[in-house]
Amino acid sequence: MQIYLPIAEVSVNAFLLLGLGGLVGVLSGMFGVGGGFLMTPLLFFIGIPPAVAVATEANQIVASSFSGVLAHFKRRTVDLRMGTVLLVGGLTGAAIGVVVFNYLKSLGQVDLLVKLCYVIFLGIIGGLMFIESLNAIRRSSKNPGAVKRKKHNWIHGLPFKVRFRVSGLYISVIPPLLVGVFVGILSAIMGVGGGFIMVPAMIYLLGMPTKVVVGTSLFQIIFVTAFTTLLHATTNYTVDMALAVLLLVGGVIGAQFGAVIGTRLKAEQLRILLAIMVLGVCLKLGLDLLIMPGELYSLGASGGH
Amino acid sequence: MLRRLLVLLCLAAPAHAQEEVVLGLSQNRVAITANFDGSEILVFGAVKREDSIPEGDPLQVIVAVSGPNEPITVRRKEKKFGIWVNTDSVEIDGAPSFYAVATSGPLGEIVSPAENRLHQISVENAISSIGAQTQKPGAAEFADAVVRIRTNQGFYMLRENTVDVSEQTLFRTSVAMPANLTEGFYATRVFLVRSGEVISTYETKIDVRKVGLERWLYNLSRQQPLVYGLLSLAIAIIAGWGASAFFRVIRQGR
Repeated sequence: MQIYLPIAEVSVNAFLLLGLGGLVGVLSGMFGVGGGFLMTPLLFFIGIPPAVAVATEANQIVASSFSGVLAHFKRRTVDLRMGTVLLVGGLTGAAIGVVVFNYLKSLGQVDLLVKLCYVIFLGIIGGLMFIESLNAIRRSSKNPGAVKRKKHNWIHGLPFKVRFRVSGLYISVIPPLLVGVFVGILSAIMGVGGGFIMVPAMIYLLGMPTKVVVGTSLFQIIFVTAFTTLLHATTNYTVDMALAVLLLVGGVIGAQFGAVIGTRLKAEQLRILLAIMVLGVCLKLGLDLLIMPGELYSLGASGGH
Repeated sequence: MLRRLLVLLCLAAPAHAQEEVVLGLSQNRVAITANFDGSEILVFGAVKREDSIPEGDPLQVIVAVSGPNEPITVRRKEKKFGIWVNTDSVEIDGAPSFYAVATSGPLGEIVSPAENRLHQISVENAISSIGAQTQKPGAAEFADAVVRIRTNQGFYMLRENTVDVSEQTLFRTSVAMPANLTEGFYATRVFLVRSGEVISTYETKIDVRKVGLERWLYNLSRQQPLVYGLLSLAIAIIAGWGASAFFRVIRQGR
């Protein structure tokens, strides 16, 4: 069944969009990532104009994260205090990111830089996560219970310490604030929720327990992507409601299944799966930059469109 | 310019009997609804003439439908530091979003190159005349790229031998419009051609518009972007919450 999208001005198969939404929704529920890093390139691939894809994806992430975060609230795996600190950083970062994005746009190289951002960040994080979780699996299979995280590092020397009871942490607010800002900048530039950056940062940098990480990152992502959606809707008019509705109907259903699957898998298995997925997307985008494209020319709407 | 004058003189010369187009369209409006997936427009007509059918080459008919012109930026990639980067770009003031030419014979044979250029019949002529306005050298390559890319995407098409002409008087063809249409007026031109020369033209418009929900959403997004944005978020949150509640009920029901 074909459906005409009023803002994107393209006609696509409605079931394809539902399916894509569902697939990404499962990932969202499983890993606590919004799935934007996967969905945005997929939308480009089916012919949605990039500007519309990025803006609409932000809207869709709100829905799938909301559904996911409710499931996590039920299980009390959301650290609200930590989430709020991350959120304050995230909103600041998103505002900075939009400024940076517009500057890159004026240079005419925004596509390249967005793709390079993807390749670099997905590569680093996917690689680190893959190695770490592989080691964790190996260790736990040898002598279970011996997994130990570094309890004290430079982070514990910083001022403005706050107790995050749900996470069982007593650390300075500066690191989570910085993580929030950084993720906010990336989410505005790359059109993603930023979960794939934030989840590892929370686990490895802040030392939060994996089960709390997913719910808390979803909580932060909802507000940052909602902010981004409004920003895009009011400045670029690129949020396509029809596209968003189809994606999110698939997405919210998928997220429920994902959350169930997530509770049945071990943390290390979850992480290694996410790592493989991140590396896969990275490899694909990297190859696109390296291999000579079939068509050297590309068409884009003019600036004053 | 001289050639253009000559052509005009030829047109004015009474070498051909007066022949005019009487045109019909199966529809002069295309409504883009939510489940719009393309449209086929039947273009049919007759040739009105005072005298009997002139002798010589038979009458040929060309139908050209072109979508609204829009400015585009064409970028070219080059390999730099091992990766493919956009290096050069040309602004094209206007290229039609859609362009279909249907003819009653091979385009190159039934109409002379000069006439083709003068009347901007083939898509290359419709674009290159615009591309030439940009001062940058090599702009032609960029204009060619527009034609190539849009042809591959199915927005530009040349369909030869698809106009049926019977008794040199009645003609009909159909133009398939793809699902990804841009809104606007689609200029529909009909050319009567004899011995390579255009002897009569006729122009009308097909109005392509979004209607119903599509129209409403589009207008809202432009006129009240904040309301539109908030509505998008509200839908997202309700859908997220609704699905969550729905699944809770299912799980409790088990």
